[in-house]
Amino acid sequence: MNRVLRERLISIINRIPLHVAVIGLCLIWILPTLGLLITSFRPQQAVNETGWWEVVKSQEPTSTAYQTYCTDCHGANLSAVPSIDLGASDVVSGFTNTRRLAVTFNREYNGAVHIPEDQRPDDESLREILDYLRIESGAIKMPPRFTVNNYKDVMVGYDARGGTYDQACEEEGPTPTRSCDFWEDATRSDAIFKGVLNSFAVSIPSTILPILLAGFAAYAFAWLDFRGRKVMFALLVGLQIVPLQMTLVPVFRLYADLGLNGSFLGVWLFHTGFGLPYAIYLMRNFIAGLPREIVESAYLDGAGHWRVFRVIIMPLALPAIAALSIFQFMWVWNDLLVALIFLGNKAPVLTYQLSQLMDSLGGGWHRMTAAAFISMAIPLAVFLLFQRYFVRGLLSGSVKG
Amino acid sequence: MKTTTPAVMRQKWWTAWMYLAPALALLIIFVLFPTLRTVYLSLRSSDTTQWASEQCRAGETCWGLLENYRQALTTDQATTALQNTALWLVVMVPGTVILGLLFAVLTDRVRYESLAKSIIFAPMAISFVGASIIWRFVYNPDPDIGSLNALLGVIGIGPQTWLATDPPFNSMLLIVVGMWVWTGFTMTIISAALKGIPTEIIEASRVDGANEWQVFTHVMLPQLVPTLAVVGTTMTINTLKIFDIVWVMKGIKTDVLATRMISELYLFRNNGLSAALAVILIILIIPVMYYNIRQFNIQEAAR
Repeated sequence: MNRVLRERLISIINRIPLHVAVIGLCLIWILPTLGLLITSFRPQQAVNETGWWEVVKSQEPTSTAYQTYCTDCHGANLSAVPSIDLGASDVVSGFTNTRRLAVTFNREYNGAVHIPEDQRPDDESLREILDYLRIESGAIKMPPRFTVNNYKDVMVGYDARGGTYDQACEEEGPTPTRSCDFWEDATRSDAIFKGVLNSFAVSIPSTILPILLAGFAAYAFAWLDFRGRKVMFALLVGLQIVPLQMTLVPVFRLYADLGLNGSFLGVWLFHTGFGLPYAIYLMRNFIAGLPREIVESAYLDGAGHWRVFRVIIMPLALPAIAALSIFQFMWVWNDLLVALIFLGNKAPVLTYQLSQLMDSLGGGWHRMTAAAFISMAIPLAVFLLFQRYFVRGLLSGSVKG
Repeated sequence: MKTTTPAVMRQKWWTAWMYLAPALALLIIFVLFPTLRTVYLSLRSSDTTQWASEQCRAGETCWGLLENYRQALTTDQATTALQNTALWLVVMVPGTVILGLLFAVLTDRVRYESLAKSIIFAPMAISFVGASIIWRFVYNPDPDIGSLNALLGVIGIGPQTWLATDPPFNSMLLIVVGMWVWTGFTMTIISAALKGIPTEIIEASRVDGANEWQVFTHVMLPQLVPTLAVVGTTMTINTLKIFDIVWVMKGIKTDVLATRMISELYLFRNNGLSAALAVILIILIIPVMYYNIRQFNIQEAAR
């Protein structure tokens, strides 16, 4: 018994380095994202003053400095001197900054200087005392540790320095660029919410179209006979080589002639064209692998091609369709290049808005991080929900333009 | 193409084309035709109205019809882009493959494997723009904002302005971002191959007294070589096309081929040069892709 226990213990100890390595690497991988997430929920001032890793630290102002310099006269409860009650918020409000507080040290008190020169607190302690007094007396409220204001601000595209959308609406009311109706403001073109809508408007048709068309083509390649079938399929597989960059210039010029630059239709078609080689390749391989007997008996029962395609092939191909949809959706949602070239600021999608925010730093990191997280939430959710299909799609090989 | 169509499925000659037509039309319009046109445009002047050779000036070096290629290969900006692309390839491809292999082997031995893999893979799900923001935050020069400077502050190294450092170091920082994103991809594929190695072989070698390192180098690694070749070439192609990270993070002289190309097109409206850069890109990709597909087929056939 003892021996068994010892051996188990040894094997556990032997495995410690392994766990340290795995967990350590996972931490390295997750920390940058975690920092972003935490920051996006912190109030602006906190973001500018302390790093996100300090969010776990206590925010309570420390009373050490107060105890050192003031407790003897004012008492631990701040109210020992009735004429100057430091526990009263109107008294403390008079100290608008540390200098105001320091000035009182020169005043006469019981025939002597309030605090002699050589005993005065240094600047840092002074700051600490003032913070402590302010919070304790209720002169100012403790800022919340977390807030959703950053998300609200970016959703409506509010990027003024300092303040929040809610504050601005409360204090200044509507302006020509701000109606203060949340959903109305959220659909203006520089609002991130509008970017979310645009991203969906681009991604959903750009996912359905190529898969539908690839389904038709894959059916033909797998079950129909026509001249040049092999050659065409080989050519198609070859087209996967073509990088997106290769076709941008001519398509951009073609769209300029047709007036399609800046239109959703243009982007849908482009993504469809580019999604097709891989989609057809994957679908053909899947459909050709379906059991022959099912399809043949359907023909014998007198079903036509269209019926077989609709009622038998497509439902059976659902696993492939699922994998493809997830891939294509995330690819399009995360794409910057195509959106940059063909939509730009005419219908800004999320990735484009983010890259623009990045250039201007969009009113600070507190909002930048919130905007970034909104853009990540959807693909991350899709990935976590459909991880299985995603990995299967990856393993079926090949790369995408 | 093993299937032959049985008699009952015979169809009129145009049936197949009806199913193919929409996809073919889009492929021709958006992939085939533009590709050929890009090759043609790469030989034209910047506004595409005349041949590139007509832009030559007497007394200056000119490659005639291939003038755009001269500009794409020999000007300062272009060589920077080429050098950086080479740096990306040299660091990112082995980097992601080795890290992916490491993760695959390590996570294979722990019970929380799927959780650990999800964490490593998650960056693949977000956009490169999102990833760039995450890392610009990490690299922020202010030690009260950027976690890298805060971390180094703990061991007594003062804050650095990371993204404003000199090339090629600043490109290395961008490559770190690329590796953070792509390692999940290499790990997933290598891990699947690792699971495909018959456990009997591994167990047998352990029984024969091989230690874990010997099992790895002598048993696992040889079995993984075909997969590593596929992953490596796939990563080579992905790296050649890298765009978003460099475009969004904007360092000094961090340009790569793809960003140079988009700048020429989008900012300078230099169609010819932009097209030439695209052609250079595809010329670099074709041999790698050829090897990649061949390896993939060999690997599939071996299954």
